[in-house]
Amino acid sequence: MSVLTSNFQLFLKAFGTTIQLFLLAAVGSLVLGTILAMLRVSPVPMFRAAGTTYVTVLRNTPLTLVFFFFTFAYPLLKILKLDPFTGAVVALTLYTSAFICEVVRSGINTVPVGQAEASRALGLTFTQMISHVVLPQAMRSVVPPMVSTLIALLKNTTIAAGFSVSEAGAIRDSLSEQGANMLVGMSWVAVFFVVLVIPLTLLQRSLEKRWSVAR
Amino acid sequence: MSSVLFDVPGPKARLRHQIMAVLGVLVLLGILGFVVYRFYDSGQFEARKWEWLQYEQIQLGLVNGLVNTLKAFAAGAVLALLFGAVFAAGRLSDHAVFRAPSMVIVEFFRAIPLLVMMFIFYYGFPTIGVKMSPFAAVVISLMLYNGSVLAEVFRAGILSLPRGQSEAAYALGMRKTQVMTLVLLPQALRAMLPTIVSQLVVLLKDTALGFIITYEELLYYAKNLGGIFEFGRPYVPVTLVTGALYIGMCLLLTALARYLEKRNRRSRKVVPTDTKKTDEVVPAGDAGGVGIGV
Repeated sequence: MSVLTSNFQLFLKAFGTTIQLFLLAAVGSLVLGTILAMLRVSPVPMFRAAGTTYVTVLRNTPLTLVFFFFTFAYPLLKILKLDPFTGAVVALTLYTSAFICEVVRSGINTVPVGQAEASRALGLTFTQMISHVVLPQAMRSVVPPMVSTLIALLKNTTIAAGFSVSEAGAIRDSLSEQGANMLVGMSWVAVFFVVLVIPLTLLQRSLEKRWSVAR
Repeated sequence: MSSVLFDVPGPKARLRHQIMAVLGVLVLLGILGFVVYRFYDSGQFEARKWEWLQYEQIQLGLVNGLVNTLKAFAAGAVLALLFGAVFAAGRLSDHAVFRAPSMVIVEFFRAIPLLVMMFIFYYGFPTIGVKMSPFAAVVISLMLYNGSVLAEVFRAGILSLPRGQSEAAYALGMRKTQVMTLVLLPQALRAMLPTIVSQLVVLLKDTALGFIITYEELLYYAKNLGGIFEFGRPYVPVTLVTGALYIGMCLLLTALARYLEKRNRRSRKVVPTDTKKTDEVVPAGDAGGVGIGV
């Protein structure tokens, strides 16, 4: 217990950074992932190919390697300077958006064909049809896997600790400098993560119940 | 599937699509061209930065890193499958004595980030006198995390079988163990195989986390290689090569999953089951997460 009370400020700050990372990356990857999913079902073959390539490459790369790229290799390219935090947000967004894209796409596939056909009959264009008819329905049916992906994102933020972002995983560094009991300290980190994950699971359950479509 | 979202394009639409395709290609070429230009401009294409690939020592080092990655993967995969099987059986048990603890354990280990688990084993356990090699820490964490996810997959797979299967088996006078091993498992395993393999892809990717706790796997070797000054600190080429290696390995595993799925579909003996439930637990081969109880 003393490890927690004497380092309360540290824990608070670190988990604040974790939540910040999570929120920024979640919004970013939801937006990017939806755009990618739209590309993957678009009538233009070129767009489909681009979307598929992106998803295949990113889904089969370890997130650690993406972080590795942004920490060590990216600065050598001298494009735009990113501090470690922004780099972590970009890495998490790029990686998670590939998974979000697949989730959204599987949702689009669950929308009955009649919906797309009816909107075509009404004369909607592809973009109108996707954004006004198909996506709103698709989003409801993908709540459970979507929240699972976001929970995975929350847990994945810890990897940033290995690349000099001072978030929850990095509590270890500060504790080891103090010579505090690492087992107790890290167990507290684990407990906090369980506490963070539980509300998301509850949210998932309630959204699933409220938004489920009877088909 | 995607073809149902739009009509077969007519002459006008085809022209529009072609214009959009040209524009899309231009934008993509613009982005790619910019990246390649940055690569070129910052000297990443200089022969000096790629020279390291020719040294036998370094090739052997890369192979060694790869072997270490695969070792962690193999050990982690086997143990995770065992762990998953045991705890899935625990969660499906008729006795609350087994059911409750297995549920707590599975839910708990699925909620903890893998890296935090590795830290606990590698840095935390020495304080109570249990010293662990990085390899052991990596394998045990992989086992606990992926094993819990697999336990949920197994459970969902068994629950997705039609009730009639177990009812018929009980009616024939089989015992509980017989029903499970002779009737339910063989059918459920077939339906679950794609999901299991995609979880194994996740496990393979997660071995890269060992890099952070100094397990000498592929990425760890790449880091050292990238810092060598004589080759002009070839971080970018090294990242590209390692990325290609990881993507290659994962695609091989995915190809295996697809092959198994195809074989599975071809067989007429298999009972159509609700595979959607198993898919939901591990959405799209993703890095896991607390899923939904079925």
